[in-house]
Amino acid sequence: MSAADTTTPTEVPPPMSVPPPSRPVLPRRKRTFNATPWLLLAPCLLILVLVLGYPLVRLVTLSFQKFGQSQLWGFLPADWIGFDNFTGVLDDGEFWAVVVRTVVFAAGCVIFTMVAGMLIALLLQQVSGWVKTLVNIVLVASWGMPIVVATTVFKWLFDADYGILNALLSKLPGVEMIGHNWFASGPQGLAVIMLLVVWGAVPFVVITLSAGLTQVPAELEEAARLDGAGAWGIFRHVTLPILKPLIVMLTTLSVIWDMGVFPQVFVMRNGHPEPEFQILTTYSYDRAFVVNDYGQGSAIALITVLLLLGVVAVYMRQMLKIGEVE
Amino acid sequence: MSTLAPGARRKSKAGWNLLGLLVFVTAGFPVYWMLNTAFKPAKDAIDPDPSLLPTGLTLGNFSRALDIADFWGPVGRSLIVSLSVVAIGVVVGTLAALAISRFAFRGRRVVIVGILAVQMVPLVAMIIPVFLLLNDLDQYDKLSGLIITYLTFILPFTVWTLRGFIVNIPKELEEAAMVDGCSPTGAFLRVVFPLLAPGMVATSVYAFVQAWNEYLYALMLLSQKNQTATVWLGNFTTKHGTEYAPMMAGSTMMAVPIVVLFLLVQRKMAAGLTAGAVKG
Repeated sequence: MSAADTTTPTEVPPPMSVPPPSRPVLPRRKRTFNATPWLLLAPCLLILVLVLGYPLVRLVTLSFQKFGQSQLWGFLPADWIGFDNFTGVLDDGEFWAVVVRTVVFAAGCVIFTMVAGMLIALLLQQVSGWVKTLVNIVLVASWGMPIVVATTVFKWLFDADYGILNALLSKLPGVEMIGHNWFASGPQGLAVIMLLVVWGAVPFVVITLSAGLTQVPAELEEAARLDGAGAWGIFRHVTLPILKPLIVMLTTLSVIWDMGVFPQVFVMRNGHPEPEFQILTTYSYDRAFVVNDYGQGSAIALITVLLLLGVVAVYMRQMLKIGEVE
Repeated sequence: MSTLAPGARRKSKAGWNLLGLLVFVTAGFPVYWMLNTAFKPAKDAIDPDPSLLPTGLTLGNFSRALDIADFWGPVGRSLIVSLSVVAIGVVVGTLAALAISRFAFRGRRVVIVGILAVQMVPLVAMIIPVFLLLNDLDQYDKLSGLIITYLTFILPFTVWTLRGFIVNIPKELEEAAMVDGCSPTGAFLRVVFPLLAPGMVATSVYAFVQAWNEYLYALMLLSQKNQTATVWLGNFTTKHGTEYAPMMAGSTMMAVPIVVLFLLVQRKMAAGLTAGAVKG
């Protein structure tokens, strides 16, 4: 294959479109199969199929099998049991409580992350350079903190007896919080975990939105101001529409990440989350590795993936649009 | 431009600055408290009325942290795993990113959707089948097994970010080189590669951090004797309670190098991650 052949794509005007049959194909050059991109992709696709494709298929098959300790060690064959794992899971009242808890928890995380992220990004546009630098350093520090480290630190902040938070709150008149166990109740404990998740997630949102805000043309804001728009009006009608693709992307990513929260709950509860702390991820883990029912664990994991599919569709459209710009 | 008097302008800025400092203090407090506890005498850490300011400086917590369980073993294993993942991820990822950003071919869309879609699958959902797969392949409790599984989330990430860096390099540069007699490979090596190198460094660092921080697979796929650095932190919590001061020293040792690395490349990364997002 000559150099001229491999450069063919640069001469095909829109990179994604297959020429419609009605359009006359340029007689000069026939569109031939080009092996180069596939050769470049081969190692990547090979790895992904092996370590991702295969387990994904296995996840689906597992969820239709009876698979426990005996099957794991090969003492018994894995029997096909149809939808039994799913009906077993769906008939369980606890499962629905977990689903509701997960959705509320993830929604709370996403909303707080996005709102705080947007407010801080806007604030950073107003502050002096040195304040901006200080805030940026702190944001990157909390972004870069390993999740397990962050969880450990939050566990310490909220410690019942020696935690700084209880000590500080107790300084307020009429408040006595020393010894208060934040994890005695599920909702309160999950609120602390939500704070931890939001604290870790806000930096990415702020930094991305800040980058986006620099792209908002100053002339547009100026024009809106001359037309009598207030700060809110400018934000609503100028800034927001320009940032929309970024916001959609960040929100979907947040949903995906926050539905997948695991170490924060797992480590915070010392590896054994109580029933009122179970979310879909820890629940699936529990079923598989604590109860040793890998079939039901897989069914729960699969249901989680299906729940996410709707969100993914939105994200996918956005990313495809981005991928097609060039 | 502004109709505000200079004084009023400065005053309005002062208000915003105050708010900004409030964000700084709130967001930074957990980090500050980690450092503060790590360096203060252990007995001061368990004071029910702790002092907000540092109370004396000691390295005792660090030596205690190193004593509690082997530290360098897990760190060494984390290094091996993370560096291997980065090396494979960046080389394989660059090739794939070149394919989807520089070539038009049938199936490109499917490949892009596929690479994006796999990022959606939560790691926890995969842990059961991955565990069984590694068990079957005799890779359970082996670093090589962990390296392979980390590629599942590192590869889609490197492909997508490197794509972002590549599309920012004008195609015309390559074409000009080829007009001057370079082969496509030569044009890539002499023109694109030097421009892409900073992006590759940023992607590598970021991927390294992700691999280093991973917890769930490291916990599930390795036994205690082979544990990595993130799992090592769990050693401070025993049934007799938690040793917080050494734990914060351990946390500091884990977090500081990563945060510094992160600080170095974050600006470049944010640019790569969102390349084209706003323009689109």
